[in-house]
Amino acid sequence: MKAHEGKTLSWDVVDDVAELRLHRTPCNEIGTTTLEELEHFVAALQSATDDVHALIVSSALDAGFCAGADLRELYAGMQEATPEERLSGVRRFLERIHACMNALDAWPNPTIAAVHGVCFGGGLELALVCDVIVADRMARFCFPELRLGLIPGFGGIPRLKRDVGNAVVRDLLLTGRSLNATRAHAVGLVGQLVGEGAALRAARSMAQQMGKFDRATARAAKQFIKPIPHEALQHEIDVFCELLARPAVEEGLRKFVSSDAVQPYLP
Amino acid sequence: MKQGVSMASSEQTLAEVLDLASKHFKVSRDALVPEDDFFEKLGIDSLQALELLSRLENHFRVELPDYEMQGVSDFKTLAERIQERL
Repeated sequence: MKAHEGKTLSWDVVDDVAELRLHRTPCNEIGTTTLEELEHFVAALQSATDDVHALIVSSALDAGFCAGADLRELYAGMQEATPEERLSGVRRFLERIHACMNALDAWPNPTIAAVHGVCFGGGLELALVCDVIVADRMARFCFPELRLGLIPGFGGIPRLKRDVGNAVVRDLLLTGRSLNATRAHAVGLVGQLVGEGAALRAARSMAQQMGKFDRATARAAKQFIKPIPHEALQHEIDVFCELLARPAVEEGLRKFVSSDAVQPYLP
Repeated sequence: MKQGVSMASSEQTLAEVLDLASKHFKVSRDALVPEDDFFEKLGIDSLQALELLSRLENHFRVELPDYEMQGVSDFKTLAERIQERL
């Protein structure tokens, strides 16, 4: 697997472990450029399945792991399109990002998200495709989509339901509040809680440990314990698109992108 | 620590909030008063406000839901919100 330096993300191989680093300012918002580069990464990773034994996803930015979808790009795109074009464009985007997320989720070897700072919306959805989340004490997790009249669209609810109790899913989703890393660890969302700035080091140590086991056995174990909820994921796309068609969503997006509030993330 | 924190008075809680803000955002403790707008005084944006929230939650071992922080911008009210959850 050849190292690659992209506009929004980069990857290389360190000690037989693939490392994907997000680095799009301000906080790795996921738009079309990130999606295109993620598609290239997924193809490279899949062709290197027998050459690397694990994957670590992290962020190179101080602000955090990822603040979610690029809402400014989404809103701008909506202004230039008819209602029908908006829906088909968003559905196409969602299907492409779901294909990436599903491929990472199903990749046979172990995957680890090394999380610090903000891990919101699409960022949390990216972390949730990984087998284990390692988080530093300053990480925060949130699904704020309801403030816009939407639900998470990159596979968030089915994957969160796979990993934690439904009461936690409802608390997170219906309040839009953020959980700190200690609480996320207590409810089982975070596998390992580490000190400030130590998530990537801990993830590398974990990846080396995972690499000690027989690869075929580890793959069989992962396939057995980590089913991919394909039906619910497809349903999520349909619900998201239904909600997006309502005028309230455009108004919510307009308010968000034009907000100069100091706490725009608050529902 | 939780036991010690739970017995803290409102004054102690406020003092710890000011100490923590001073230490982590590199502002002189003497320059901070309870009525200060912490966004202005600490010069923080929304992402740094989340950092402050995490530091406060970790220090006091409480959860402070974001929606209860909405509209809170001075140290005194912030300390009161924390005190309610100790």
